[in-house]
Amino acid sequence: MTPGRRVVAIVGLALLVGGLVWGVTGLYGFGRYHAAYGRLVARAAVPDRSATNSVVVTAFDYRAFDTLGEEFILFVSVIGVLVLLRRLRGERGRDEATAAAEDRRASESTRWIGLALVGPLVVLTAYIVVHGQLTPGGGFQGGVILMGAIAFVSVGGESMVLLRLRRTSSWVEMVESAGAAGFAMIGFGGLIVTGVFFENFISKGTSGLLTGGMIPLANVAVGLEVGGALLMVIAEMFDQRLRGRQS
Amino acid sequence: MSVYPYIVAAWLLGAGLYGVMSSRNYVHLIICLTVMQASTYVLLLSVGYVSHGKAPIFADIPTNSTVVDPVVQALSLTDVVVEATVVALLLALVVQANKRFGTVDPNAMTRMRG
Repeated sequence: MTPGRRVVAIVGLALLVGGLVWGVTGLYGFGRYHAAYGRLVARAAVPDRSATNSVVVTAFDYRAFDTLGEEFILFVSVIGVLVLLRRLRGERGRDEATAAAEDRRASESTRWIGLALVGPLVVLTAYIVVHGQLTPGGGFQGGVILMGAIAFVSVGGESMVLLRLRRTSSWVEMVESAGAAGFAMIGFGGLIVTGVFFENFISKGTSGLLTGGMIPLANVAVGLEVGGALLMVIAEMFDQRLRGRQS
Repeated sequence: MSVYPYIVAAWLLGAGLYGVMSSRNYVHLIICLTVMQASTYVLLLSVGYVSHGKAPIFADIPTNSTVVDPVVQALSLTDVVVEATVVALLLALVVQANKRFGTVDPNAMTRMRG
């Protein structure tokens, strides 16, 4: 930026931040906000849905329709990434063996520990997803932890395995689409059984994992979608390493 | 005291926006965008805070205890996911831009190429 533009930018920013500060001083003081809706939702979660995590109850039951929209944002932007990163004309491929050898430059112990952590992280993913309605966690969080497992595969120097998996079969796409469709199907299930979209139509249970009616199902669907989506994005990013610059 | 968290949110937005405006590198620009988005988390979560409230998860606290607002927390969750996907999409654009133009400097990318 030239000095002149910098001055203009700083004046504009000062106005924006000043206006914001002036605006927020009119809000309820920090800690003094008592929204009726939030309090109601928090109070209702346990007696109404037999689920203790009222954040997940909000996201997957009371406001499930919003989450459906959010899920489609995720779905569409992953398609966008796949379209943007597809192999272009004139792109020379690099040798896969060279890239794999580059991957294995990390020390032996780093690679073994990286690979050893993949299994426990996958188990943690399943735990976080199925306990979503009870304790902190849920489908989105589980999907992101699964991405951590994928990161450890790459620390272990085996990112080419992911790539080959992604190229030779379409199960990752199928898992992602099944997750996205499954969540919408849960909504339609409510529509068919009770006449209201995303109304709970499954027994709410009393204690343990099978509580909250449709919430555990929704968590599993979203977990599959987020996990599949992030796996596809990461595989595409790895794939970029195999390509040279466009000639 | 009662407005400080909101001022932090406004500051994060301003700092991130300055970074976006003055950036010479698209990756840096995207990181500045995530700083701007962080201000929405701070604002949402501080709006929903109730004095001495606990996390709205009743697994280990009595159901009548004071808790913070779960609705804004669910909103922040939405926010985080949308941010992550937007960043992935933008980074994919940067990868392609770098392939085409050989640079990630927004100012150097002025001419169009078919």
